[in-house]
Amino acid sequence: MDSAISDQRETRQTLQSTADNGLKIVIVGGFGVGKTTMVRSVSEIRPLNTEETMTKAGEAVDDTDGIATKTATTVAFDFGRITLDAHNVLYLFGAPGQERFWFLWDRLFSGTLGAVVLVDTRRLADSWYAIDRLEHHGTPFVVACNDFGGPAHTGDEIRAALDLPEEVPLIFCDARSRESGKHVLISLVQHLQTAVLTNQPTTPEPTP
Amino acid sequence: MSGSTSRPGRDDSPDRLYTLTGGRSRAGSDAFDLVTLVVAECDPTPGMQSEHAAILRMSQFPTALVEIAAELGLPVSIVRILLADLLGTGKISARHPRSAYRLPDLDILEQVLVGLRNL
Ligand SMILES: Nc1nc2c(ncn2[C@@H]2O[C@H](COP(=O)(O)OP(=O)(O)OP(=O)(O)O)[C@@H](O)[C@H]2O)c(=O)[nH]1
Ligand SMILES: [Mg+2]
Repeated sequence: MDSAISDQRETRQTLQSTADNGLKIVIVGGFGVGKTTMVRSVSEIRPLNTEETMTKAGEAVDDTDGIATKTATTVAFDFGRITLDAHNVLYLFGAPGQERFWFLWDRLFSGTLGAVVLVDTRRLADSWYAIDRLEHHGTPFVVACNDFGGPAHTGDEIRAALDLPEEVPLIFCDARSRESGKHVLISLVQHLQTAVLTNQPTTPEPTP
Repeated sequence: MSGSTSRPGRDDSPDRLYTLTGGRSRAGSDAFDLVTLVVAECDPTPGMQSEHAAILRMSQFPTALVEIAAELGLPVSIVRILLADLLGTGKISARHPRSAYRLPDLDILEQVLVGLRNL
């Protein structure tokens, strides 16, 4: 059997009865980039996972015809939770950024406050597509470089490689650290505040 | 052992998912966001569909749709339909996110920032 500590994490932690406003932040990135690790670092619950199955048309698959459809794709995502105060609860979603999942995003993650693009500097090209789509959707985001101990790159080098606009914050982080994960989230929210104040065109576009 | 690592839903046969939802499509279930908080308005009753009863037990305190899906091991779209059933019969209430379809206002962002700093 597991230790008392992990048993404790098995018990479902309930929210306060006053909780009435769920908020979303999405952590998107390539395979093995540390999404689940970051969710785990800052979450008050053990990360949970679930999935959604949809057809290319963006229709949720929930009837027998749909399930039988060959074009149905299943996206699995994990999530954690942070109680912010008596009313607000923040959910963090770790989601794959690969092209073949992106058509699910409008439905799954509409209304998200913003996104963290988690990158591994050894595989920067993995995040090009996600950055492109977020820009297209007008979803505000920050880029967080997870340190896997590869060769050091300067912020300018990474910006250039990602073709990242000046106003998008670039942060170095360690997804295993709670403080570091917290810092990334705070940077995102500050970026959102700036975006609202400077009235940038962050209005999400409808489904293409 | 930290819970099930299986992918919920993937092993479920279409027949089982069909039975759960009575074969209905997603009419009326669109209002439920992933983070809509669900609160039970009554106790489970004998003879109730087991998934409905499980949801009522789980949501004695506010519980997000996505947590219900993870706990039941069912895809989000199926849970949306189950919740629409329960809402339609007044067995649950739903607290939808305030900023789901528009930009968050500065007030909310400030509250998020304060909450994060207090972690
Ligand atoms: N050195 C180092 N290792 C890390 C860091 N973050 C995560 N890892 C490790 O990298 C591996 C992958 O991390 P995950 O959190 O599972 O990555 P993920 O993005 O969720 O992966 P998928 O969901 O499979 O795409 C794990 O073995 C982590 O322990 C980090 O900051 N530094
Ligand atoms: Mg993962």
